[in-house]
Amino acid sequence: MAGHFKKKQAGTKQEVPTSAMPDVVFMLLFFFMVTTVLREVTLKVKLDLTQASQIEKIEEKRLVSYIYMGPERLPGNQLGDDKVQIDDQIIDDIGAIRNIMYDKLLEEPRLIVSLRVDENSRFELLSDVQKELQQAGTFRINYSTKREE
Amino acid sequence: MLMKKKKREGAEINGSSMADIAFLLLIFFLVTTTINVDTGIGMVLPPPLDEEVDPPPIRERNQMNILVNAQGLILMDEQPVSINEVRQKLMEFIDNPNNDETLAVSPEAAIVSLKTQKETPYRIYIDMLDEVMGAYKELRDAASRANYGVEFNRLQPESPQREQIQDMYPKKISIAAEEG
Repeated sequence: MAGHFKKKQAGTKQEVPTSAMPDVVFMLLFFFMVTTVLREVTLKVKLDLTQASQIEKIEEKRLVSYIYMGPERLPGNQLGDDKVQIDDQIIDDIGAIRNIMYDKLLEEPRLIVSLRVDENSRFELLSDVQKELQQAGTFRINYSTKREE
Repeated sequence: MLMKKKKREGAEINGSSMADIAFLLLIFFLVTTTINVDTGIGMVLPPPLDEEVDPPPIRERNQMNILVNAQGLILMDEQPVSINEVRQKLMEFIDNPNNDETLAVSPEAAIVSLKTQKETPYRIYIDMLDEVMGAYKELRDAASRANYGVEFNRLQPESPQREQIQDMYPKKISIAAEEG
């Protein structure tokens, strides 16, 4: 009788097939390769973002174009006047922003302009840049801030 | 003796280390990827003013003038206030629950005009704008809770409910640098 209750032992070896593992890993690898944004801008202005509480996330990063504003970094760890940087260049002529942003708007009609402004820069510069954005027709903007702790 | 070896080895690449190489690459991309989420205060700028066309007249009671100077001192309709009072005052102005003669006729008509001195640091301006946004958020949340029982950001994007609340409390914010 006791033999009836004896557990059946599996005859095969318990092994997980690992031959598909490289495929899985490659898939993950491609995912990360595609999502990684390697396009990094070298900042030519000092940027300390301020904090705010009523903030929203920008979900669609592809639509975003950045404008940086802050005191210019000079050689020898010195800071100059407040300047505007778009992509990799410092824009000295504020009036040129209109055309730059208009071209970007033509490329991406749903453009969001993210303004990354140093917390101590003067409002006057921001105001001038905003007037240019209005002329360019890029109305959707975002004041980049950190989350308030 | 000169006879070539007939026996050929099967040309096979050992694929067992491929997984290791892939893992190494994977780890590299994992480390270098920065999933930094951009956060900030979203705004929609008004279209530029046409020089030839006069701006539409605005009734004085519908406009809340907020002036901020470079020291962070605030005037709301000529009254000095501290930054902690701004939100409450704005909500009163926009909603006008007691139908006060000096406050906005309706939330749709209310315009918040934010004027800042040219020397004002960006930080102070953002603090101010944050309060204005906070006032609108609280009003929208209250309306959304009363009508649909959930907070405003939990309404589906582009749903009629969300648009209705947005139309109830449109954000009409004008931003300007003070002349002179």
